[in-house]
Order: sequence, then C-alpha cells, then structure tokens
Amino acid sequence: MKHTLAILVENKFGVLARVAGLFSARGYNIDSLTVSETEDPTVSRMAVVVDAQDERVLEQIKKQLHKLIDVITVHDFLKKDYIAGELVFVKIEADKKGQASLSKILKKYGGALVEKQAGSVIVELAASQQDVRQFLDDIKALKIVELVKSGCIAIAK
Amino acid sequence: MMSGAQILIECLIREGAELIFGYPGGVMLPVFDVLYDAKVKFILTRHEQGAAHAADGYARATGKVGVCMSTSGPGATNLVTGIATAYMDSIPIVAITGQVKTQLIGNDAFQESDVTGITRPITKHNYLVKDVRELARTVREAFYIASTGRPGPVVIDLPVDVQNAKAEFVWPEEVFIRSYQPSYDGHPGMIKKAAKFIERSSRPLIYVGGGVISSGAAPELLAFAEKTGAPLTTTFMGLGAFPSEHRLSLGMLGMHGTAYANHATMESDLILAVGARFDDRVTGRIDAFAPHAKIVHVDIDPTSISKNIRVDVPIVGDAKRVLAALTKTVKKAPDTGAWWQTIEKWKREFPLRYKQDDRLRPQYVIEQIYEATKDRPTVITTEVGQNQMWTCQWYKFKSPRSWLSSGGLGTMGYGFPAAIGAQMGCPDKVVFDIAGDGSIQMNIQELATAVNNKLPVKIAILNNGYLGMVRQWQEFFYKKRYSGTVLKNPDFVKLAEAYGAKGMRIEKKEDVPGAIQEALATDNVVMMDFRVEPEENVFPMVPSGEALNRMLDGMA
Repeated sequence: MKHTLAILVENKFGVLARVAGLFSARGYNIDSLTVSETEDPTVSRMAVVVDAQDERVLEQIKKQLHKLIDVITVHDFLKKDYIAGELVFVKIEADKKGQASLSKILKKYGGALVEKQAGSVIVELAASQQDVRQFLDDIKALKIVELVKSGCIAIAK
Repeated sequence: MMSGAQILIECLIREGAELIFGYPGGVMLPVFDVLYDAKVKFILTRHEQGAAHAADGYARATGKVGVCMSTSGPGATNLVTGIATAYMDSIPIVAITGQVKTQLIGNDAFQESDVTGITRPITKHNYLVKDVRELARTVREAFYIASTGRPGPVVIDLPVDVQNAKAEFVWPEEVFIRSYQPSYDGHPGMIKKAAKFIERSSRPLIYVGGGVISSGAAPELLAFAEKTGAPLTTTFMGLGAFPSEHRLSLGMLGMHGTAYANHATMESDLILAVGARFDDRVTGRIDAFAPHAKIVHVDIDPTSISKNIRVDVPIVGDAKRVLAALTKTVKKAPDTGAWWQTIEKWKREFPLRYKQDDRLRPQYVIEQIYEATKDRPTVITTEVGQNQMWTCQWYKFKSPRSWLSSGGLGTMGYGFPAAIGAQMGCPDKVVFDIAGDGSIQMNIQELATAVNNKLPVKIAILNNGYLGMVRQWQEFFYKKRYSGTVLKNPDFVKLAEAYGAKGMRIEKKEDVPGAIQEALATDNVVMMDFRVEPEENVFPMVPSGEALNRMLDGMA
C-alpha cells in the first residue's frame, strides 16, 4: 500500500541522508521524495511516497524517523484528509498536427504549453498523481523526448 | 577570544568530564596542545578502539558520560567498533574526531574520512562543526543527547581550521532542542491498565533489561517486585539490576539463560518487560515466544515497543518513574502460589550445573572469582563468547553497574579496555576482566595503558586454546569440523611480564583460589592464564531459531 509521509525537519545539512538512510538500510525503495523550505526558513519539509511491502516495517521506519534528532514531526497521510499533487514537464516532438491534438489534451487536464520551438514543445501540468498518470497515458502516442516529474507533495486539508 | 580547541576543552570540563581517552594525530594537534596543561586528564590508549571501549567502560561503571578522542581518517575509523558497541547497548559516550581542513573536506585529503557519514547509523546523533561559533552549543547538545532519553553515543567531527579559529566563548546555560523531547512519565491510563493486568494474572513474570540500569531504577524495581511477589528474570544487559540471589530472581533468560527462566517465560500469562527489547537472543523462535502471555512493555524508546513482539499495553516512559507509579497503582499482589510451585519444580529439575570433578573447568574459575570478590565492591567485565556466557551464569551480580560487557554488538576485545575505563572511574573497586584466549588478543596492546597508569586491573583468561563459542557451534552443528577456531597462543605470562604486568599460569583446580587471592593482593595489572578444559561447552543452550524452551542440556 502506498503511503505519503510528510516529514518536518530542521533545515540543516545531513538531514536528508539521515532520513534516506532509514529506508535504504532496510532495502526499502522510495517512490518519490521532495524536499523544500517551508514558511519557516529553519524548517524543511519532506514528502516521501513509499510502497509499504510490510506495514510493520513501515511503522518501525516512522517511529525511527521520529527518533532522529533533526526530525520535528512525521505525519502519515493515509486517508482522504490531504491534498496531494505533482508537477510534470514533458518535451514532445510534434508537428503542427501533433501540436493541435496536444492542445486538446492539455485543455482537458488544465495543463499549459510553456515553450515552443520548431518541431518540439514543452508542456507542464500540475495535478493529482492520478490525473498526471492519465495525462501521460493520453499523450503516449506522441513522441516524448524527455519527461520530468517533481514527485508528490502533500498538504493536510 | 578563545580558539576552537580551547572552547572544546573548556566545554568538556564544564560538562563534568574528568577523563578523555584517546590517541593524537595530525589534525588534532591544536586540541592536544590545549590538553597539555588542561584541568582534564588525558589517557593515552594504544589503539583508538581501546579509547572508545575505555570511555564506554567508564560510562557503564560510573553512570557518567564517557569521552574519547581521535584524529581524522584511520583514527576515526578505529573508533567505529567502539561507537557501534556503545550504540547497541545504549551507552552515553561523546566521541570527538579531528577532521581535515573545511576547504579540503570531500577532496580525498590525507587521512580524510567521511566520519559523519560512516557513523550515522551507529550514533544517536552526530555533528560536523563548520563554524567555531557553533562549537560550544554543539558540545552542550552532544552531552545532553548522549545522556538523556535512551542514552547513546554522539560524535563531534571537528576540522582542524575550526580548532584554530577564534571566537567569543559563550556557554549556553540551557539546552533546548525542539525536535528532541523524550517522554519520561508513562501514560496514566496505560499504567492503570498494566496494574489491572498484573493484579489479575496468575503466572506473572517481570522481565528486565539494561534500561533499568541506565535509568537508575534498581530500588524501584526491588520495591515493585517485592510488592507483587512475581518472579523476575533479567536479560544479559539487565544483570545487576536485581540481586541475583534474591528469592524472586530466576537469573538470566535467553539462549544461554537458566532453564527455569526460559520455561517460566514460555508458560507465563503476563510478561512485564521493563527497559528490555525482546532481542532475538532472548526470544528464540519469535512466533513460538511466550504463547500464553499478555505483554506490558515499559520503554523510554517508542521504537523498541512492538518491534519484535506484539505488545498489549505499551508504556513509553522512564523505568524509574513508571515502576514507582506501578508500585503505587497495584493494589493487591497477584495470587502466585501455584505458579511458584511450578517454578520451584523447574528449579529442582533443571538447575544450572557443570561437571564436578578434579579438572580445571572455566565455570569453577568464575565461581572462585565470585567467592573472592563478593564482599568487595567489584566490577566485572568480559570479552565475548563462552567466557561471557559463563560469567552471566556463574557470577552472582547484585548491584547495577557491576557488569560491563558488549551485549548487542558482541564485540570481542571489549572487556579489557572497558576494565581500564571502569578502573579509572572507580579507583576503589576491584575490576576483573574475564576473558577468552581469543578475545584478549584483540586489544592486548592496552596492557601498556593499564601498566602506565598503574591500574590494578585483573585479567582472568579462560584459556582453552579455541575460539570456544564458535567451536561449540561447530561441534553441535558442523560435525566437529573446527574450521578457523584452533588457536596457537603466545606465552601469556611472558607477554604480561614484557609489558610490566604480573603474569600467572594456573593449571590445576586446587590452585585456583590461592592464585586469585594472590592476584587480588597484587597492586599491579595481573594477567592470569587459566588452562581450562578445552572442549567445555556452555549449557543450557537454545539453538538459534528454536523455541525458548527447546534447550540443549549437556548433562542429560
């Protein structure tokens, strides 16, 4: 089962390694990880998405995260009590016709065309993970040159 | 203005450090220059591992924070085993490592290693200090973190340019770390629930670990145990938390625990675990462990609770406070008459024993060390393996901080440097390292440290010519194919003498008591080479992966 963890940490060097170490030491793969400053510059926020193969192991990781001296709080968003989303950039090789069909898809998801060059475009979409997945499915027929996803971020409702 | 090196030493003194165990090197020269005439004593060991274990032994024996120090690179990596040992057993030490110049970090400089990276998973916390103005607060936090909550080692990595940099000395009066707030008082609702469980149980068992010793909860434990009349077993780390000759004591449980402690665990209907962590050496096969028992678990570290065993009543808190609260809350002792009858039967049926004959058996040596020291304040350390397990079984510990041994990590070579640290911290106590002929050679260079500092540490080598515990497993599970376990040893008597210590060789059973008396009367390091029965085994033994009551008994 997928878990989205929100971890507030001291904004210091080395904290990311401490957090990542708890997962890697158990051979746990992290699906996505984002780190950024918060409204308080001394605090950073991490959003970690993991697929828990074993809930007990994840429970242990959560407790051990909390035990790290630099970790302030750990919150596991499990139910529908949060809003989550991610940002995606896609560079696509597309001629006029391709661009027209892309515009339609973008409109459907609320995405935008942010860069246009001869023969290729860059589009962006900020949406829920599910919408991002569907969007990527919809543009599968087009020639994707490069795909960049931010990883999921989440906020409590 | 003060230099970083001066600030460091001033902070150590203000934190109450009396001794620093360590070894110098290039990037630590500024600190060693300050140490030359500082008000804190520096003890030069002969290897950094010895320094880390000595700081650990000092901490375990005195309850204070131990301090060790090394240079960068190989100095720091040599500390690693000692730091990991302290981490696994929750021992408060602060290790200070020199580091190359800040600008050179990450450039593969001479004697550079990524110390905070290497020690991250084996420390409670670690610091790389890049600004001299942060140094005083860092040292203060390091001691606070090491000694509070569940104790543990903290590393401070200090680049040489920060040691030389100047700053105003500001001593932070208070330490506040917003993200580190250990809970000391157990939840009152949970304590009430636990008390009910205890009152209603008919086969209760108190199972205590090292947490009782670190929290200083031995008096509270005694009061609680006597009020409830419940039998009590300790882990390896818990030895000394409760007098082992008390009528309620069942001794140690686990792989080499007493048969009656293990049977009691398996048949119990309520286990009250205090400051113990259900380690695999205690539980045996985990899915067969204590099938009838409800489990109440008191621990200051929430990560210990429900880690290996599902817990019915979790109580996060300090053992001392929670035990005091439980003693108050429990209104009536459970009815344990029938339970004690069963236990007494086990005690008669499966006593701890070894063959009584005229051969020099290692268990006898330990019994005689106990007889010779039982009326004097004594600290016993051990190495790892058979020597360690026989000591758990045959030395009758009665008070906290009298038993120092590497439990979690199982570090061979721990006992002797730990004995040095303990003797420095407790000059008036008898300090005995009970060793094997394999383990003692892992840090034997510390004979120089002990002799130079005129420490009357006694070493009893139970010399069987093997790496005995591994040989025992090979005997049982690998058809006696003694691969890599046969030792050709040096002459330990001459070796001791070469270092300026006293060496003794004991080959006959009848010579044991006299030899121990002679050693105790000697005001010098004494290394005793006891030539014990070579293939003696440690029994009982729960084979790895078996249920706790499936013990092998060599006498059967």
